Amino acid sequence: MAGFDKVVTSYADAMHGLEDNMTIIAGGFGLCGIPEGLIAEVKRMGTKELTVVSNNCGVDGFGLGVLLEDTQIKKMVSSYVGENALFEKQLLNGELEVELTPQGTLAERMRAGGAGIPAFYTATGFGTPVGEGKESRQFNGRDYILEEAITGDFAIIKAWKADRYGNCMYRHTAMNFNPMAATAGKITVVEVEEIVETGELEPSQIHTPGIYVDRVIQGSFEKRIERLVTSKGA
Amino acid sequence: MALTRDQIAMRVAQEFKDGNYVNLGIGIPTLAANYVPKHIEVMLQSENGLLGMGPYPTEDQVDADMINAGKETVTAAPGASIFNSAESFAMIRGGHVDFTVLGAFEVDVSGSIASWMIPGKLIKGMGGAMDLVAGAKNIIVTMTHADKHGNSKLLPACTLPLTGVNCISRIITDLAVLEVKDKAFHLRERAPGVSIEEIIEKTAGKLVIDGDIPEMMIG
Repeated sequence: MAGFDKVVTSYADAMHGLEDNMTIIAGGFGLCGIPEGLIAEVKRMGTKELTVVSNNCGVDGFGLGVLLEDTQIKKMVSSYVGENALFEKQLLNGELEVELTPQGTLAERMRAGGAGIPAFYTATGFGTPVGEGKESRQFNGRDYILEEAITGDFAIIKAWKADRYGNCMYRHTAMNFNPMAATAGKITVVEVEEIVETGELEPSQIHTPGIYVDRVIQGSFEKRIERLVTSKGA
Repeated sequence: MALTRDQIAMRVAQEFKDGNYVNLGIGIPTLAANYVPKHIEVMLQSENGLLGMGPYPTEDQVDADMINAGKETVTAAPGASIFNSAESFAMIRGGHVDFTVLGAFEVDVSGSIASWMIPGKLIKGMGGAMDLVAGAKNIIVTMTHADKHGNSKLLPACTLPLTGVNCISRIITDLAVLEVKDKAFHLRERAPGVSIEEIIEKTAGKLVIDGDIPEMMIG
């Protein structure tokens, strides 16, 4: 690596520095837009006691679900879990802790973390279990709760294209949480379908500017579909 | 007769106005997309980051990068836009979405809703439901009027952990259309052939019945 060139050629280099007890923020919604190879590398490394922040925890045997197999995850911060039996089992026997946070609040907590905003008020969750124990305040007669930003030691991201400087574009709804997650990692690693030469991407079309990105790796993706639904067509 | 799931969805779709942006929850709400009146246009928002959700893809159109909030494969309609999750919830929380339709376990006379958690059962999470009920201008709840044991789901006060407080304005059940205001359920319509007595019997919270209650126009 030299200058602004962020490209690494091995998964070991991509996840170098990950240690036990660290926090990983992962992009993705369900199995859509997940950094498959980076997750596989975390599994290979066997790092333990991880806190993982991601909207979901994959399914049995795929996505972040594979990190449950060797009980690598200590705590999961998500809006919706329970698509996997192993998650349920570890939750019930106390091996796994879960912090449920509303989906929009989760996205904003990542965004705030990356943007240097320590906390923000939101009406979401006021008067519910989510608001319990949190500071609340009225603005214009409405009640809001204070939610704190999230940052991670690592952010692992799936993008469509990136140039060598780490400028990223996402494809369709595989964007989801990836842009916010990318801003909130001390070390942000992006796994992409295609690395292009610097200058090839149209500057105004870039979703994640390279300043947020530390490492870029070329991946290959299975892109498993969680719920295939088709119409007959015309 | 109590309405079927599809008939509830048909009645929900009558609420939409031309040019509305609408977020539909999983289950009966999703079915409402099939019954939008032909003469109006609505745009469907899917909270994973799609405004202008189209029909399910044909086998040739299937794309793993194109899913809805239920994680099903979908298409983008003409005029659609795609954005990140923070942007998606900015439009929800910021009150830009005209209607949210979602299911519930319970609703009470204050317009509070419980829809995500039953203590003692496995908790899967609230997903985007808390953001949606905190943000949309009009929230319609669809559910059966009573549970399968005949217990009312329209209560003086919710007993389950809440999804949101004082946020529900309209409820469409298999028996009735009700408005929530002034700490009461106000009966507006009844399902064809359903008696007022049955609705009274199955509504545990305060019910206000003003004058003649028309039957819903279904189909």
